[in-house]
Amino acid sequence: MSGRLAVLACTGAASLQDAGRRGYQRQGLSASGPMDALALAAANVLVGNPTGTVAIEFGLGGGRFRQEGGEAWLALAGAPCALRVDGVPVPDHRAFLLTDGSSLVVEPPRRGVYAYLAVAGGFAVPQILGSCSLHQRAGLGGLDGRVLRVGDRLDGIGAPGGERPPGVHASLDPLPLDGEAPVRVVLGPQDDHFPPEALATFSEAAFSVSHRADRMGIQLDGPALAHGPHGYNIVSDATVMGSVQVPGSGRPIVLMADRQTTGGYPKIATVISADLRRVAQRRPGEAIRFRPIALADAFALARERMAVIADLPRAVRAHGTRMAESLASANLAGVAFDAFADPLGDGM
Amino acid sequence: MGATPLSLGRFYPRRKVDDVSPPAIRLLWCGDTALTVEFGDRIDPALNARVLALDGRLRDADCPGLIETVPTYRSLTLHLDPILVDPACLEATVRTLAALPAPPVPPKRVWQVPVMYGGDFGIDLADVAAHHGLSPSAVIERHAAPEYRVVMIGFLPGYAYLDGLDPGLALSRRSSPRPTTPAGTISIGGVQALVASIAAPSGWHLLGRTPVRAFLPGRDPVFLFEPGDGIRFVPTDPARWDALDRAAAAGDPVAEVAA
Repeated sequence: MSGRLAVLACTGAASLQDAGRRGYQRQGLSASGPMDALALAAANVLVGNPTGTVAIEFGLGGGRFRQEGGEAWLALAGAPCALRVDGVPVPDHRAFLLTDGSSLVVEPPRRGVYAYLAVAGGFAVPQILGSCSLHQRAGLGGLDGRVLRVGDRLDGIGAPGGERPPGVHASLDPLPLDGEAPVRVVLGPQDDHFPPEALATFSEAAFSVSHRADRMGIQLDGPALAHGPHGYNIVSDATVMGSVQVPGSGRPIVLMADRQTTGGYPKIATVISADLRRVAQRRPGEAIRFRPIALADAFALARERMAVIADLPRAVRAHGTRMAESLASANLAGVAFDAFADPLGDGM
Repeated sequence: MGATPLSLGRFYPRRKVDDVSPPAIRLLWCGDTALTVEFGDRIDPALNARVLALDGRLRDADCPGLIETVPTYRSLTLHLDPILVDPACLEATVRTLAALPAPPVPPKRVWQVPVMYGGDFGIDLADVAAHHGLSPSAVIERHAAPEYRVVMIGFLPGYAYLDGLDPGLALSRRSSPRPTTPAGTISIGGVQALVASIAAPSGWHLLGRTPVRAFLPGRDPVFLFEPGDGIRFVPTDPARWDALDRAAAAGDPVAEVAA
């Protein structure tokens, strides 16, 4: 985009996130990056960006913004949020133009937790240790090492040279949040610290997301998991995003993007990478059931997810074409679609 | 806080002294994004030497999909790109490299870290001394005597976990952790010693504070210590705190490297 996006209001924890920071876990700094990587990718593809471009991540919140000093194409994907441009509703999972001086309202999500607002070209924020992602606990990345707040101004980088603007027909079916689906895990690395009853409970019982859920970890309510005779302490080893650690209370915690890099509690299982977004998008009070699967299946599902992300540009074009056709036939029927009019006449 | 001093000793029976074959490792998959190579379940310098040796060898090896490694006391975790990694091939590579001998190597560098002990800097010094029947100055002397080894940097950015604490100072963690402890805290928990970087909750015993920033965004380097580094604590006059703290905040390491 040209110009900048001014933050007029902000609720929840809104932060800047790109694909995350690699190479510093040996120094105690976790990778950060999106809680829902598919949603970040989708928002970016809708405005013509590479999938890992820095965007605003909303967590159970929204905000009010004003575009200044130029116009910009934006899109929001992930948890569905009501959007209004100068008071006029615009859909999520669809590109829209924010002209100079116009305002954007992002309401908190109706379902799910994390939504991503991407801007064509991305935001001009410095990379710290190779990434723009905020790691709040470390006070590093994002805008001055903190979440967004009123008064911030996010400069745009401008769309890549020669790229056509995405056009209003750049759209996708809303991403499924898989709100009822089981969360698939691979047991271990410390499943042998738990007796068979605890493993059975973990695999069969319903847990729910507690209010202690953020970018560091998601603590679950539900039955307590008993440890084996070796107790709940191990000599610390490394964690991953998706580690399900079980502290002395027996209440599992799923470690997430800003987690501690090492920990001294046994980890009964690990959420597969493809299902991390299922965990991230569950709200406090919503149910989580875990389903253990084989490691080979976890790799297969990771490849499937990667294929979905690689296919996003094609999906955006196909969806946009259908959208344009249906709009064209609707217009033939005499229905006005001014709110969705494409000011550049660019279509796809 | 993270690690426990307990030796679990269940997967790795003690070996005879004349057994020179490399002990078995366990390969523990952490879902589809990481593989933990476990050399043992104890705090033991010999295990950590093997961890660091494998870490170094993997840096030179061709391992598709390997993003980064995390050495800990007794394991090495390989963070992986699940699309690029060939699990069977990686396991074979790791087994081959882990079986090579791993003689302990001296630290490449040893940091002299100034520490202000006791008083407001180390509110548990007197209690630790009383527990061991020592004077506070004897605790300081014993804590500052060894050359420690950074065996793990983890939990939070720059938190350096050290091996080498005088066993006569070892003390189980507090039953109730403190909700916050200051940046630069020098503490002990069980047989471990720690240099904390940023403020955090902790159940360890606080002996002192260092003005050294193990982690400082905006400084080059952002992180001061590396796994494998040596650390020596230098008892320092609390009157020097303000000057050293200012210099450290401005980017001066205020920790010197001895050759």
